[in-house]
Amino acid sequence: MSIIKWHIRKGTYYDSVVLMQLQRGLLELPGILDAGVVMATPANRALLAANNLLPEGITANPDDLLIVVKANDETCATNAIGQVDELLARRQSSTSPASSDFRPRSLSAAVKQLPEANWVLVSVPGRYAAGVAREALDLGKHVFLYSDNVPLEDEIALKKTAREKGLLVMGPDCGTAILNGIGLGFANRVRRGPIGVIGASGTGTQAVTVHIHNLGSGVSHAIGTGGRDLKSEVGAITAHQALDVLTRDDETKVIVLLSKPPSPDVATSLISAAQGAGKPVIVYFIGYPPPARKIGNLRYAISLSEAAELAIEELGREGIGASRIPKTPNSRFVRGLFSGGTLAYEIMVGLQASLSPLFSNSPITHSQTLETPLQSKAHTIIDLGDEFFMVGRLHPMIDNDLRIRRMKQEAADPEVGMILFDVVLGEGSHLNPAGEFAPLINEIQKTRNGELEFVAIVIGTDDDPQNLQSQITQLRDVGVLVFRTVTEAVEYVSLRLGNKKDQSFTPVRLDHLKQPFAAINVGLESFYESLISQGAQAVHVEWRPPAGGNEKLASLLEKMKSKKENE
Amino acid sequence: MNIDEANKIAVSRIMEARPILKGVAPAREVIPGMKDNLFLHAGPPIEWGRMSGPLRGAIIGAMLFEGIAKSEAEAVSMAERGEVEFDACHHHGAVGPMAGVISASMKVYIVENAEHGNKSFSNLNEGYGKVLRYGAYSEEVLKRLRWMNDVMGVVLADALAQSNGIDLRALIAEALHMGDEGHNRNKAGSLLFLKLLAPLIAKVVKDEAVEAEVLQFIGDNALSVLNPVMAACKAMADAAHGVEGSTIVTTMARNGTDFGIRVSGLGEKQWFTAPAEIPVGLFFPGFSQADANPDIGDSAITETAGIGGFAMATAPAIVTFVGGTPKDAMNATLEMYEITVAESKYFTIPALDFRGTPTGIDIRKVVELGITPRINTGIAHKNAGIGQVGAGLVRPPLKIFEDALLAFAEKYNL
Repeated sequence: MSIIKWHIRKGTYYDSVVLMQLQRGLLELPGILDAGVVMATPANRALLAANNLLPEGITANPDDLLIVVKANDETCATNAIGQVDELLARRQSSTSPASSDFRPRSLSAAVKQLPEANWVLVSVPGRYAAGVAREALDLGKHVFLYSDNVPLEDEIALKKTAREKGLLVMGPDCGTAILNGIGLGFANRVRRGPIGVIGASGTGTQAVTVHIHNLGSGVSHAIGTGGRDLKSEVGAITAHQALDVLTRDDETKVIVLLSKPPSPDVATSLISAAQGAGKPVIVYFIGYPPPARKIGNLRYAISLSEAAELAIEELGREGIGASRIPKTPNSRFVRGLFSGGTLAYEIMVGLQASLSPLFSNSPITHSQTLETPLQSKAHTIIDLGDEFFMVGRLHPMIDNDLRIRRMKQEAADPEVGMILFDVVLGEGSHLNPAGEFAPLINEIQKTRNGELEFVAIVIGTDDDPQNLQSQITQLRDVGVLVFRTVTEAVEYVSLRLGNKKDQSFTPVRLDHLKQPFAAINVGLESFYESLISQGAQAVHVEWRPPAGGNEKLASLLEKMKSKKENE
Repeated sequence: MNIDEANKIAVSRIMEARPILKGVAPAREVIPGMKDNLFLHAGPPIEWGRMSGPLRGAIIGAMLFEGIAKSEAEAVSMAERGEVEFDACHHHGAVGPMAGVISASMKVYIVENAEHGNKSFSNLNEGYGKVLRYGAYSEEVLKRLRWMNDVMGVVLADALAQSNGIDLRALIAEALHMGDEGHNRNKAGSLLFLKLLAPLIAKVVKDEAVEAEVLQFIGDNALSVLNPVMAACKAMADAAHGVEGSTIVTTMARNGTDFGIRVSGLGEKQWFTAPAEIPVGLFFPGFSQADANPDIGDSAITETAGIGGFAMATAPAIVTFVGGTPKDAMNATLEMYEITVAESKYFTIPALDFRGTPTGIDIRKVVELGITPRINTGIAHKNAGIGQVGAGLVRPPLKIFEDALLAFAEKYNL
């Protein structure tokens, strides 16, 4: 035997969906066989009647809420009616515990949700990764490409596209980056600070940034490149872009450049670019024989920890300072006229990466050999103490005559933009070399309208017989830029005349690095959670293989996308 | 050919269409190709043998209404013998909710697209309960149909003749700001409709009792405006059909057996169909999921035009269909942005900072992401004549979008 019980609420309006929901709640209660919750309109009453749910003899108006339950027994029915209010109240929380923020399925929808995101983290399976990265670039976003197993040709194509657009592709197989204080992928929580890191190795970057932190300093940005970036085929596209953007970043005072052994040609081009950075660069090419410990603004480290230590050490060093670099460009040649053979040789070692072609009568490699020491060409460093010049003459440290004549010769060449020379003081040397060079330089500048640069390396102490200070002053008075070490001179000359980096690429926008970090994560959810826990803004894309993994449809979709470029 | 450009053209035609309700007239006088023994129905074309209960019931009812058959048995045997013809409403510029049956004598709304010149049509809404569109054909149903045709239809025709027409795009835009999504909820739109019609009706009706009866009928029926809204959406979608190279969906419709879509850059009568799914939803007292008929009706034209389930975020009162909280409703709309190419210029959602509704379904996006359109729908009883048993949510089968993509590739040699 079942019983029917009802309840009427006068003048109570609920939307029909709320009522259907309440009805469903009542049906779930123990002992309830059927239930009807309706506004008591004639149509609804007819509906109840058709289902044997309309109690006889009730009076209700269309504005009344009518609740009817059919139950096993009186108790169940009474209990159910008694729970109406609770069910109405519980409705919101119970029906959809899963209510949460919308998780987009596509990158384009995610970008609409977080338009300020400049970065896209990609960690989907390798065969889909290039496609996602390409889409990110098309949307104008930088890419952190964690995925591995991305074909080399895809990497090259992605990076070329990125370079044209002024975007970075960090990776593939990029494990670590720290941008504006936010760690991407595998990254340690390190203090913000003045050291920028460019890393082709994820764990290498972690080790260096951690050591920097533990030594009390901090990191401005650590930009990953992916392990293959420094291969010849890729040509260090990302590393070059990273170097360029960190060069322009005022907060970055020192740059650390880390890689497993790069291809030699790539190493040369990167070192050349690093010499033009205008700030100290610590280079650690693991397993690559460093040409020196310190050349110009470069210092070569021999371990990860030393790279960090050198970076901190360089922070305290006053570089030659950008202020000393003249604003007007100098794109002509340097002629170096040295009395000291070793000084000439060290200048060659320092400049050969950044100046080409570079010649000498005392070359490091055969290809740098001048046809005749008497005639300079392009960039030339002459060792005037060489045997060739010494026949029947005094050493140029004692007798300036040969250098004075050669200086006139070089100055007469309109292709020459800078004359570099050493002044070695001390016992045995000429007693007033500056006194002979200064009037000559003054004379030369009259014919060259003062636009020829003179750079001198003065080697001497304040106890030397020539009076160091007076030598320097005499040279400075005629506009000579005076350095006290070869290293400083190398740094200056590299910056001033060095092969201009391949500036055919669009520069990466510095403000993208400086804006509060916001990113879209496609792939591993833990990367998203990590971003959120670091206080970054992020949107996670609920990514799935295109067309549910159906290769035929996916390739068709790809064709339909690229149709534009084909025609 | 450039697909993205073609889609831009197609979707701008959807958005820029300006559907104006111009009048009411018998179907045979205005619907192209309409004739006395032709019965139009919702969804893709279907033969009698495969029709579901509600659609058969509605056809029987319409045959009785037309007087072609004198009894249910006669109607069935005539249909079986092929003595009457069937065709999809969509092949005649028409749409109808649920069974969507339109016969020659029935009065229909005439909507004109003032921007592109095409016309569309829909029948008059009968209200709730036992109604033809759910396959009911009892005398009570037929009596109401006759009154609608002979009394209300005449009043509406006269009333609209007094005006320059009713701008349905403006009406829909306003209703969306009043909590309608234009498919399952048309309460606000129907009241706006009544507001616009009332003075016109007052002008043309001499008999006060008739006037009151008509106004009451329109006002009591929260679905009064559904049919003109559907016709408006049809006019918008039709304007976008036939754009060479476009992958935009211009029709989604169900006949209670099959779900069918058409695509702008493919053929006029090229349907992609698969068995319709059974909607999931909330049920009226005494009914359950087991009573539900597979998805039926042309009303998915609203989603095709960018409202209905796509505008869920603007209809907080019916959020229980999609999970229960306004956030779920928001997410429903956000999900539809994933598979559409534009945001409506005219239909906006206050809760999303007045973002336009997701407009222009791209079959490429549907297939790529595996996200099918969300359709808000009424649920019909699977047996003819019982009527609506609930309301809920349904999605078309993914397969028809994949089939359409393959056909597109074939046509354009991709």
